[in-house]
Amino acid sequence: MENNKTAFERLQLIRHKYRPTIRDYIPLIFTDFYEMHGDRLCGDDGAIIGGIARLDGRPVTIIAEVKGRDINENKKCNFAMPHPEGYRKALRLARQAEKFHRPVICFIDTPGAFCGVAAEERGQGEAIARNLAEFMTLRTPVVSIVLGEGGSGGALALGVCDELAMLENAVYSVISPRGFASILWKDASREQEACDIMKITAEDLVKLGVAEAIIEEPLGGAHNDLDKISENIKEYLSHKIPEKCQKDIDVLLKERYTKFRKIGQFSE
Amino acid sequence: MLEDFFNVVKKRFNDDDDKQTPEKPVFKCPRCQSSVPLEHYEELHRVCPECNYHGRLSARERIAVTVDKESFTEYDADMLSCNPIDYPEYEEKQAELREKTGLSDAIVTGEAKIKGSSVVIGVMDSRYMMASMGSVVGEKIARAFERAAEKNLPVVMFTASGGARMQEGIVSLMQMAKTSGAVKLHSHSGGLYITVLTDPTTGGVTASFASLGDIIIAEPKILVGFAGRRVIEGTIRQRLPDDFQLAEFMQEKGFVDLIAERRKMRSTLSHLLKLHGYTE
Ligand SMILES: [Zn+2]
Repeated sequence: MENNKTAFERLQLIRHKYRPTIRDYIPLIFTDFYEMHGDRLCGDDGAIIGGIARLDGRPVTIIAEVKGRDINENKKCNFAMPHPEGYRKALRLARQAEKFHRPVICFIDTPGAFCGVAAEERGQGEAIARNLAEFMTLRTPVVSIVLGEGGSGGALALGVCDELAMLENAVYSVISPRGFASILWKDASREQEACDIMKITAEDLVKLGVAEAIIEEPLGGAHNDLDKISENIKEYLSHKIPEKCQKDIDVLLKERYTKFRKIGQFSE
Repeated sequence: MLEDFFNVVKKRFNDDDDKQTPEKPVFKCPRCQSSVPLEHYEELHRVCPECNYHGRLSARERIAVTVDKESFTEYDADMLSCNPIDYPEYEEKQAELREKTGLSDAIVTGEAKIKGSSVVIGVMDSRYMMASMGSVVGEKIARAFERAAEKNLPVVMFTASGGARMQEGIVSLMQMAKTSGAVKLHSHSGGLYITVLTDPTTGGVTASFASLGDIIIAEPKILVGFAGRRVIEGTIRQRLPDDFQLAEFMQEKGFVDLIAERRKMRSTLSHLLKLHGYTE
């Protein structure tokens, strides 16, 4: 079914108060979820949760950015803006998955990596960079899904994968439309105009070779039918994960590298 | 003693010279405010003799002061960016900058020798859209690492960047993954990668290949960070200390191996290359 919503309308939709978060999805998609904490270096970031669970009986590792559903949850998860220790926890769990031959499933849902003093002091740039490099050669399948907002490097740090899927109304962008307007036009209020030209919708991203799949949302958006949207995500994963697990890992890694290697438009 | 005498004479002579041409161009240091004859500042490769302020160099200037004479061969000199999200007037803006800077985009890559050791080198140029990373920067960097891996050469990257090239939208974000992947590929081949952070290295470049060097060198007092200072000040609603995100600060936090002055950069690089077995 065709989605006629504009990028700006989708942005409002994914910011809807009742937009489901990863905490809503986990019990409906997976079984036996055990959350694992900490990066073993500095702390435990509430903006990224991770752990082990089963998908159709198969052990998998889940790494996800967490949006809060109320003020208390948002305090804990810092409005889904990770610190370096969040990305380092993600990498630790990814390496653990590699060791035990579990596929990794990443859920992206963030306005961006946190911009603050502590984040800089602990190397926000280094933490993101390390994930990009390490996920590129992680010897186990990685599938990522953008649930709502895919904001900038903070999203990409969980987005180096074999296949990227977008929920139908999710967006993924180099910077928030507000930030885009503020930087390029020195006027943050031109957010809607930025949405119109940035090419951030699921269809745009498939066209640009950034995403491979779109997961259909219930009429009016994911919040209208949690069971249905969870079922759709599960259906996608139940099909995709075994497909990727069957592939020879060296072939998979080559394809992963090529997927990103070919994005870019230039002439010579 | 005699030498001192001659210096005095020379100085007088120069002073006289100054009087004859009072309009001789002067460099006013943005850090210590002292005025230095521009010629002298240029002789020092744009370093203030009073306070050691390291001014920005263009890519061509950087290559000239870093590599052996006549040793540089450029890669992909004719690569030009397209307009992946049809950003208004992006092509016009680029044509203008190409004209003005003589660059094709914000990075120059190629092969050269540093005191006899062959290297693949990349130098970003902040005059070109703040050396933001779009398709061309990403592609040139990826190719540089891939070629270095093929030829068993080390890579030296002089970074400077305002971050992602906003005008290329999500395509520019993906260059972070592309370049980081290429660094990893080169690393797997056993090659040495030295990053030299220059002023300013920020955003998506800090969050990708700039932070992935086996060895990370920085010029003194340069700015290096992920988030912009003003963005952070806006979030915390207070002024940050002056040394925040300077090279020395980042070294203290554990993200920079060594700080090298510009006049010592060439010999520092040469020593490190030779320590890793890259001889003539
Ligand atoms: Zn000075």
